[in-house]
Amino acid sequence: MKHTNLVKNLSLLLVVLFFGACATNTQQASNGDAYTGTETVKFLADGVPDRVFFATNKFDLTPTANQTLSKQITYLKTNSSLKVVIEGHADERGTREYNLALGEKRANSVKDFLISNGISSDRIKVISYGKEKPANPASNAQAWAQNRRSVTVKTTN
Amino acid sequence: MKKFFINFIFILFATRVYAGVEVDITRGNLNPLPSAISDFYLDVNTKLKDNVKKINLEHQIPELISKDLSRSGLFLILDRNSYIQKPDLSHTQPRFEDWALIKAQILVTGKISLEKDDRLRVEFRLWDIVSNKELLALAFYTTPDNWRRVSHLISDKIYERLTGESGYFDSRIIYVAESGPKTNRIKKLAIMDQDGYANKYLTLGNEMVLTPRFSPDNKYVTYMSYYKNLPRVYLLNLETGLQDLVGDFPGMTFAPRFSPDGKKIIMSFAKDGNSDIYAMNLKTRIVERLTDSPAIDTSPSYSPDGNYICFNSDRSGSQQIYVMKSDGSNVKRISFGDGIYGTPVWSPRGDVIAFTKFHNNKFYIGVMRTDGAGERLLTENFYQESPSWSPNGRVIIFYRETPADNSGHGGSAKLWSIDLTGYNEKIIQTPTDASDPHWSALLSKK
Repeated sequence: MKHTNLVKNLSLLLVVLFFGACATNTQQASNGDAYTGTETVKFLADGVPDRVFFATNKFDLTPTANQTLSKQITYLKTNSSLKVVIEGHADERGTREYNLALGEKRANSVKDFLISNGISSDRIKVISYGKEKPANPASNAQAWAQNRRSVTVKTTN
Repeated sequence: MKKFFINFIFILFATRVYAGVEVDITRGNLNPLPSAISDFYLDVNTKLKDNVKKINLEHQIPELISKDLSRSGLFLILDRNSYIQKPDLSHTQPRFEDWALIKAQILVTGKISLEKDDRLRVEFRLWDIVSNKELLALAFYTTPDNWRRVSHLISDKIYERLTGESGYFDSRIIYVAESGPKTNRIKKLAIMDQDGYANKYLTLGNEMVLTPRFSPDNKYVTYMSYYKNLPRVYLLNLETGLQDLVGDFPGMTFAPRFSPDGKKIIMSFAKDGNSDIYAMNLKTRIVERLTDSPAIDTSPSYSPDGNYICFNSDRSGSQQIYVMKSDGSNVKRISFGDGIYGTPVWSPRGDVIAFTKFHNNKFYIGVMRTDGAGERLLTENFYQESPSWSPNGRVIIFYRETPADNSGHGGSAKLWSIDLTGYNEKIIQTPTDASDPHWSALLSKK
């Protein structure tokens, strides 16, 4: 009987471990290998980061990106005369032409999010630089993550 | 551009064609043909002007022919110091036993003279030392400053006579010259001979330019420019230097390439963020949409007969190669190996497609048949892409980047070439870093 209890307890432990692992995985999966740190990040205003990061070959917005963009939206609503250009960028681990298209998709993901949250489309332009303008010129996984980004830049016209 | 145009009359001497020495081009450079390229000689009645005399053409022309042939990997050029017979006597009638003694299987000889109108006459003969026969004799007329092109033309004639296929030495390469740090790279259009000489910049570097491609007649180049911060496809007339915006769409246009008849430019247009493939008729400016997928469709390239287009798309979830008819119908995926596939480029011979592959953190240049079968990877590295074919479909040029260190320094971008066989990988020297090479057609059409 003791043996059975041990097995039961072990199973329970495994179940807990399993769900625990799932919970962590779910959280990681949503950001994927998107960068979540603060290096290279600049600010449109105090507390308003200028950029969001993407997972490899992805252009959908991560939960972290949504939070950042919500801050940008508040800022753009407060400063209603401001116009912005959304730059889309890719890391260097892909062919040039594909990366131009991917950067365009990333910039448009951000644009669509801003528009759907009440920012007028005539205040937003997009441009893709593909892999041509890295924020971090190193050739390592962290630099590539920092370069898979879109940057919101204030413009005068 | 005028100076690239060569007065290209050649005279066929009475030459008997025998099956003698032949070069098997399909085996790579395993057994390069032992070849003697003799110095040419100056006709006794010819008085060259000092500035021409200084070039030392009778040595420089055979030297350049030697470099061309040697670089192809198919010819082993024997040391000129071992040649016994003098250039003028060899050219009239070689003593075959002298050349057989140094193990030469072919011999090239030549004579340079000046015409009354100051044009140079360069005559050469190709001899088969194995069967003691003349294989070919031709003369070219040109201005003295065009001697490099004449040398390349002679190289092409020798290559053609011995391999049975057209050559590729009389051709040029357009590419993007790069300088400055990675975070603020300066990119200019540059053009040069296929061997890296006569390098010339076509833009100043004020705006970023990418992916230049020659028209089939070599008179135009289509490329992408960030002029006024609007990434669009342009057309450059190489004779006049005039530029023309052809991809004036409400959004980014990129990845341009000519159709084989030169009448259309095929390119990608990113409409509301989504990239599809479009073809524009250059005369009517009528645009035809060829793909309509929510995925990224780009890097299109026509088959040499113009009936098909290959491109890459991530509609399956990852970047793969597809082939469709040139009206956009009958789309078929052809790449199914591990990894992702991009930049498909149809061979001028029509039978294979060159591509870039990314797998297990390495980049490869490879080829596959047009139905996707027979995939062969030619070269593996940290980063390389953008294959482009030599005019005869025997050599592929591409660019390769080395990694930067953790402070972002030390990375480089250079042009490389490799034979279709997977042998004979060679760097092409450029004054600066270089990327996005595109190989022209032969400058002189037959």
